[in-house]
Amino acid sequence: MEQNFPLERKPKAVIELENVAYSYGGGELLSHVSLKLAPGSFHFLTGPSGAGKTTFLKLLYGALTPTAGQVMLFDRDMHSLNRDDVAELRRKIGVVHQDCQFLDHLAVAENVALPLSVAGYDLASEQDNLQELMQWVGLTARAEALPPQLSGGERQRAALARAVILSPDVILADEPTGNIDWEMSQRLLTLLIELNKMGKTVLVATHDLSLIRVAKASVQARVLRIADRRVQLAGADL
Amino acid sequence: MSVLATAFARDTPADKIVPPEGFTAQLTTFAAGAMAFLAVFALALSLAAGRLAERWGTALAQGATVRITVPADQQAAQVDAAMRVLETTAGVASARVFSDAEQSALLAPWFGDGIDMSALPVPRLIAVLPADQGFDPAGLRLRLQAEAPGAVLDDHGRWRGPLTSAAMRLRVLGWLSIGLILLTTAIMITLAASAALSANAQVISVLRLVGATDAFIANAFVRRFTYRAALGALVGVVVAMIGLLLLPDQAGEAGILTGLQLAGWHWFLPLAIPILSALVAFGATRAAARRTLEELT
Repeated sequence: MEQNFPLERKPKAVIELENVAYSYGGGELLSHVSLKLAPGSFHFLTGPSGAGKTTFLKLLYGALTPTAGQVMLFDRDMHSLNRDDVAELRRKIGVVHQDCQFLDHLAVAENVALPLSVAGYDLASEQDNLQELMQWVGLTARAEALPPQLSGGERQRAALARAVILSPDVILADEPTGNIDWEMSQRLLTLLIELNKMGKTVLVATHDLSLIRVAKASVQARVLRIADRRVQLAGADL
Repeated sequence: MSVLATAFARDTPADKIVPPEGFTAQLTTFAAGAMAFLAVFALALSLAAGRLAERWGTALAQGATVRITVPADQQAAQVDAAMRVLETTAGVASARVFSDAEQSALLAPWFGDGIDMSALPVPRLIAVLPADQGFDPAGLRLRLQAEAPGAVLDDHGRWRGPLTSAAMRLRVLGWLSIGLILLTTAIMITLAASAALSANAQVISVLRLVGATDAFIANAFVRRFTYRAALGALVGVVVAMIGLLLLPDQAGEAGILTGLQLAGWHWFLPLAIPILSALVAFGATRAAARRTLEELT
């Protein structure tokens, strides 16, 4: 899908890691990680649980600062960003967690629209977008429900809708299919692939290899594997 | 005032973001109200003490008394001598010998009406009215001693001093109480806000995830606590002012108890308490929110 976006007008990489390391207390979880996420690319991230997939993702959206090396987010050095810059940046990076959290006292539609409120948009003028998005993730009928009333699949789709409502350049998903059945996983994957076809950079952390296989049939996806504290490009042999 | 304007701006999206708290919210409002109620009385006490000090100061300073205590046969001569001294003293506007009727009126509270003054060895009193610049009591005493040895000058300083300083101290205590009340309000709001921030950790992490700035999150809490503190304080002040209104009004008596009512424009002063409470709540919540948020990613 990269041909849709002339490379000379976009940054070379939306997210770039150079020799990044991250350690918790004593032990080093990740080290010597170098990576470029090109605009419009689709990546999977695999690896055994506990290998640091979530930590790696957190480095990508500025929730963690690397203990060594350099993280460049949209050509800006993570170390130079203050808290408000990070908040601003989150509006360009949509994140979907396995255990997606919502504001449980607000209806699903309001939760999906939350990034709009937070970014200071006028909600009334964004109603059409919201409707369209709710329809796209198939939650129109559940718009007025409260998040605790949703099924696992519905929660994931609501989280995805919330992650993309500000039309971010990058979508990061951490085990988005971890809690849902296969049919729902495929549906979610389809949504992610559609986003990628619209030019979004997508990175999905998953341990579900069959999901990766399905995806490869319809999108040119690269697979990153975390092993031995390194993040490496896996072969095409999945 | 723009601070208050943001605090009371209605229907911003940030208002709905923090879940309603029900009972705890009412506790905050009630505590703010109780503090405001106490603040009104501390304020009334300070103002009354101030008024009292002023009244004692001026009423007693306006006069001095010369008391002639000598055997009856020398009295007239010494009164004349003292009067001559007083009339030639710089800073004395006028001096007047009390009549028998006036003296018996002064003694009436102790001896009852209609007593025969001639039967009692009552000292004669001379009321001295000082001119604006006042006179020198020490110099006057010396001259009186020379001319009329039985004359004693009482410039009321002995009474006025301790009374005025007691009233002033009472006033300081009143203001100190108001300071403590505001400080306690700040502490209480800080505790309530910290508790609310901890209870809403999930809300805050969701908001950070979707790109909310610290200021946005803090404002959601600040607005809520400012509003509660102001509302509670307003109710507390209104109740306290009704209480003050219902106090028996005996403005004529210079008592500290009966003089506790507010006077004139002072009735508007307690209205500053809700505004102060709101400002205190605003500052306290903002500081608490900033502190909590700094610790999060």
